[in-house]
Amino acid sequence: MNAPAVAALAAGAPRPVLRERGQREVFCGLTGIVWLHRKIQDAFFLVVGSRTCAHLLQSAAGVMIFAEPRFATAIIEEKDLAGLADVHEELDQVVARLLARRPDIRLLFLVGSCPSEVIKLDLAKAAARLDAGMRPRGVRVLAYSGSGIETTFTEGEDACLAALVPEMPQAGNLGQRLLVAGSLADVVEDQFARLFADLGIPADVLPPRRAGQLPPVGPGTRVLLAQPFLGATAAALERRGATVLPAPFPFGARGTEAWLAVAARAFGVSFDRFEAVVAAPRARAERALARHRPLLEGRRISFLPDSQLEVPLARFLAEECGMVPVEVGTPYLHQRYHGPDLARLPEGVRLAEGQDVERQLDRVRADRPDLVVCGLGLANPLEAEGLTTKWSIELVFSPVHGFDQAGDLAELFARPLVRRQKLAALAPEAAT
Amino acid sequence: MKLAAWTYEGPPHVGAMRVATAMRGVHYVLHAPQGDTYADLLFTMIERRDHRPPVTWTTFQARDLGADTAELFKAALRDAHARFRPEAMLVGASCTAELIQDDPGGLAATMGLPVPVIPLELPSYSRKENWGAAETFLALVRALVDRSRRPSPREGRRPRVNLLGPTALGFRHRDDVTEVTRLLDTLGVDVHVVAPLGATVADIAALGEADLDICLYPEIADSACRFLEKSFGRPTIRTVPIGHLATCDFVREVAGHLGLDPAPALAAAHARLPWWSRSVDSTYLTGKRVFVFGDATHAIAIARVARDELGFEVVGLGCYNREFARELRAAAAEHGIEPLVTDDYLEVEARIAALQPELVLGTQMERMIAKRVRLPCAVISAPVHVQDFPARYSPVMGFEGANVLFDTLVHPLVMGLEEHLLTMFREDFEFSDEAGPSHLAASHAAQHAAAQPQIRPEPVAAQAAADGLVAWTPDAERELRKIPFFVRGKARRNTEAYAAARGISAITVETLYDAKSHFSR
Ligand code: SF4
Repeated sequence: MNAPAVAALAAGAPRPVLRERGQREVFCGLTGIVWLHRKIQDAFFLVVGSRTCAHLLQSAAGVMIFAEPRFATAIIEEKDLAGLADVHEELDQVVARLLARRPDIRLLFLVGSCPSEVIKLDLAKAAARLDAGMRPRGVRVLAYSGSGIETTFTEGEDACLAALVPEMPQAGNLGQRLLVAGSLADVVEDQFARLFADLGIPADVLPPRRAGQLPPVGPGTRVLLAQPFLGATAAALERRGATVLPAPFPFGARGTEAWLAVAARAFGVSFDRFEAVVAAPRARAERALARHRPLLEGRRISFLPDSQLEVPLARFLAEECGMVPVEVGTPYLHQRYHGPDLARLPEGVRLAEGQDVERQLDRVRADRPDLVVCGLGLANPLEAEGLTTKWSIELVFSPVHGFDQAGDLAELFARPLVRRQKLAALAPEAAT
Repeated sequence: MKLAAWTYEGPPHVGAMRVATAMRGVHYVLHAPQGDTYADLLFTMIERRDHRPPVTWTTFQARDLGADTAELFKAALRDAHARFRPEAMLVGASCTAELIQDDPGGLAATMGLPVPVIPLELPSYSRKENWGAAETFLALVRALVDRSRRPSPREGRRPRVNLLGPTALGFRHRDDVTEVTRLLDTLGVDVHVVAPLGATVADIAALGEADLDICLYPEIADSACRFLEKSFGRPTIRTVPIGHLATCDFVREVAGHLGLDPAPALAAAHARLPWWSRSVDSTYLTGKRVFVFGDATHAIAIARVARDELGFEVVGLGCYNREFARELRAAAAEHGIEPLVTDDYLEVEARIAALQPELVLGTQMERMIAKRVRLPCAVISAPVHVQDFPARYSPVMGFEGANVLFDTLVHPLVMGLEEHLLTMFREDFEFSDEAGPSHLAASHAAQHAAAQPQIRPEPVAAQAAADGLVAWTPDAERELRKIPFFVRGKARRNTEAYAAARGISAITVETLYDAKSHFSR
């Protein structure tokens, strides 16, 4: 297998990290509903929250909805705040109405928000009560928190998947199976499924596309995280006896290869077989990356904290595209899960955990990187200051994992640079 | 508890942000959790603003709740003042902070900042965005206006007025302000202060120096205008100049109050709508059944344009902001129709399905609904979408606004002669009515039908299904297909109602034509 990769994995020397607390310009965990409701096709996400939560969801979901979505908000009103007994009754009614309208729903998530948590509305209890009532009708009811006081953006998916883990069936003693955790675009999931099948590794995915297809878990389960923000899910799987395999995340040619290699090693796949399976897609990924490399090479890039994808993506851009990460900000830095990618970041990268947005923007202005990866609230203002930006949310919403998306991933970073070149004549500097 | 998949209005603090962002030199410190910062992107993405909204969020987390969130708020306020040096500050809480009761206003008062700090009390669990904007504007005016300032004597100067109500994220506010300013100029009137859009703290202080206040957007400026009326004892112009006739009324009203002759301004108007509408090409617009929904001010104004300036028949009229329900109901009564006051889009969808209009004039949500039920639609009101900020000049107020409205309202419809040809040659395979109006994107109607999820109909919509007791014979069904799509729904409903009323269980071609003659006007 890939010897240099293994060596790099072993070297996990701690790096200095700038830890900041201040204003955080990030979404809350509710945002995960925007992709999770598409991923689990018979699940409905009912946020118990405020008008703000409803507004966040519709704004993050692309401002407008084209068809009735499988998510909604039960908006807490003045009268609900008066007495708690009332709220539970109201919630039961809302759920009954919702399920009557959507007979196709098999799994209902009650999603906690800041208001529901501050008033101590026990959604776990509510879910258990509703679940008992709905089970005979073939509908499961679970709860998790997507609140902004507890979860940051992608942590919402972590909380959702962690809530699914206790529902997974116990695996029999039929030897090892691989579990790929983290929602991926269907096309990527299918690609990985083919690769694991070719490697002879029996593999399942979490979350499944249908609520009734939860994979089994047990001591024979080996977990490969597909997303870097699944700490709680990993812990819950470990409680069920599973073993989590540390690996770099599957971005680009080398990241994907290293990720697959970790699984291959755990399942005793021979070097020859591994090479036979990955050689062609790896070569495709390398060819696709080579096209973008001239544009990206040597360009300086800073990440503002957003999805926890920052460290693995910085690894990909530095190692495979020749970019120079200046600051890599992430909402949370988990040594355990981010370690393998961290170890492969170049020296001299400024790592920042948490956020004080004003101070961070001061650093961006001082650094003047060629590309800033940031949220939608900051992108246009930074562009107006003459910086080039990439919307971080696109990295979460687009298929970017795996060999066959390596070129697309690089292109997402190349596009703003290309665009700036094409429109150079329109820049205010050009007019003077 | 209210179930909402989508809402017309955001929470009240988003209304406050619209006011703060519109102004210059004002900074808003909001006690709120991190996720609430999504609201920044409404301004930077939808409106393409090149600056962040002037808002600092405390972004407290669960671990802070046990500790001192009040201290966190004070630190955020102090830092924001030091960094941005605003001339005035707004402080308040979002829904979550409202529950932890830190009292941002009280905390700010203890800090002795050298600028006015205006506390906002915006109850998140009962109020919404427009109300929040109105309350914020009122609070700013109340706190900052200099009550000793009065207009100077009128001799030797043109009269001047305040334009009140335009905000950030407003539906065409940018261009409305320009258009109304031009219109007033032709009348010989200067604009003294526009607020909140573009106003400074000094501008608000000077509001008293105008001769007249103009309430352009009642949803936002009505309460502030009432306050100014009381403080300065002068009237407010409340006619909203949307549409040709309302613009004429507006000009006469302003002129009347200021002792000016409206005739030159009316004569100078570049008003194309009246002739465009009277020209014979527009005959086909006669009696088109339209459904109008939006904020109350835009909905009421557009309904008048639809009926009196385009010759449509308004069959439905509604608004989502209950604060203006009275005005909306009065307008609906005047049109002789049922008002619809709701913020539940499913109710709006059910009403549209029941009324089967030929054109929907609404918000972006009605545009989606119209797509689903395959009706033409134009957007006439907030909530805004990135498409509601066109690069070109595109007001809806004043005479140019009326011209824009003519185009907006007519564009989605099948053109005059094309409509006749469709009716005559509906079986021509290349002339398939599924294609929709030829000047719009191909398969405009057909393409979205597939995207509908399996949803059990609401009780209201279920009415039609219940009529399923009446069956169509294959011949009648084939005949029905020959009727152009934009009236087919109506024909189906009418025929079924006609058959049901007469106890006819199988609709034949005869029944279809009997019903047609029965319902023909
Ligand atoms: S941060 Fe809290 S209150 Fe705000 S949208 Fe998220 S869950 Fe709702």
